Amino acid sequence: MIDRPGPAYRRAVRDALGFPSIMLCASMMAFGSLAQQSGFSLGMSLSLTAGIWGLPGQVAMVEFHAAGATALFAILASSLANARFMPMAVSFLPLIRDGIRHHGWMFVLVQMLSLNSWAAGQRAFPEIAASVRAHYYVVFGILCMLAGLVGTAVGYFGVGNIGRPAALGLLFLNPLFFAVMIAGTRVRPAMIAIILGVPLGPVFHFVSADWGLLAAGVTGGTLAFWMHRKSGENA
Amino acid sequence: MDQSAMLWGLVIASILATYLWRFLGTLFARRIDPDGAVFQWVTCVSYCMLAGLISRMVLVPVGNLVEVPLWIRLAGVLVGLAVFFAAGRIMLVSVASGLAVFVGLAAALNV
Repeated sequence: MIDRPGPAYRRAVRDALGFPSIMLCASMMAFGSLAQQSGFSLGMSLSLTAGIWGLPGQVAMVEFHAAGATALFAILASSLANARFMPMAVSFLPLIRDGIRHHGWMFVLVQMLSLNSWAAGQRAFPEIAASVRAHYYVVFGILCMLAGLVGTAVGYFGVGNIGRPAALGLLFLNPLFFAVMIAGTRVRPAMIAIILGVPLGPVFHFVSADWGLLAAGVTGGTLAFWMHRKSGENA
Repeated sequence: MDQSAMLWGLVIASILATYLWRFLGTLFARRIDPDGAVFQWVTCVSYCMLAGLISRMVLVPVGNLVEVPLWIRLAGVLVGLAVFFAAGRIMLVSVASGLAVFVGLAAALNV
């Protein structure tokens, strides 16, 4: 059990400097290049990466704008593409709050929450005491964001020409890594939720590209929660 | 208004519109007991959304991955998962195997 800041920092560096930073760098390279082609400046591209900090919303913003959508529609589509941050924050922040003196900091720290930090936290927190989880999260989040910003700039200037199969492989690393990571989940209600989410995500996406993911999460998550409770009563 | 100022306005508005979700989440998180039922329910919702997002990234990708046939994307993920469960749940080996299959097939078929 990690219960001091030093070891928590070291664990965060070790966890972040593997797949997460490689993947973020790679996927933000793709975003940087897309933003450049769509007429955004470097400053705007970096601001979108750090400010939105969720690839689906960043891509939606840039693509809808490039397609000539009205401003309101582009903003709405981009925001909805990252609506998952609300349930993610609710299911993450209570795990780290013991190490934070003033609740106000949460409104700053929540900006670094992403698929990566959420999943890394779910994986690492059972081995980290509640009092130093915030330390882990901050270092992990900063390293991830740096990797994302570097990737954005590299992609923007188009110097990331590494050959087509390798470039596709880097993009594929994203879903592959997360698929393997959440497959390692051993908490029962979460396992049910994952199994339900795999078909529901794409199915709801075809019903509504904007609201699909949120609707899939609420439907499958509620069902998983209910099934788990139900089986708990019978046991 | 010139083009650059308008684009900056769009960038800032989209950042704020995304932060709204984080803000609401932080607001709700304050009153939630991590050992309670509400927390467990929201965790289920989050896991389901993430699983849905990942499966959507593989089955209905955006961007350049569209150009790789579905069966190659599926083969990569399935090999990664199979190695993970067969070979002692080691992340590095599993992800590397899945990636090798994906890149190998994509290169061999000249995708």
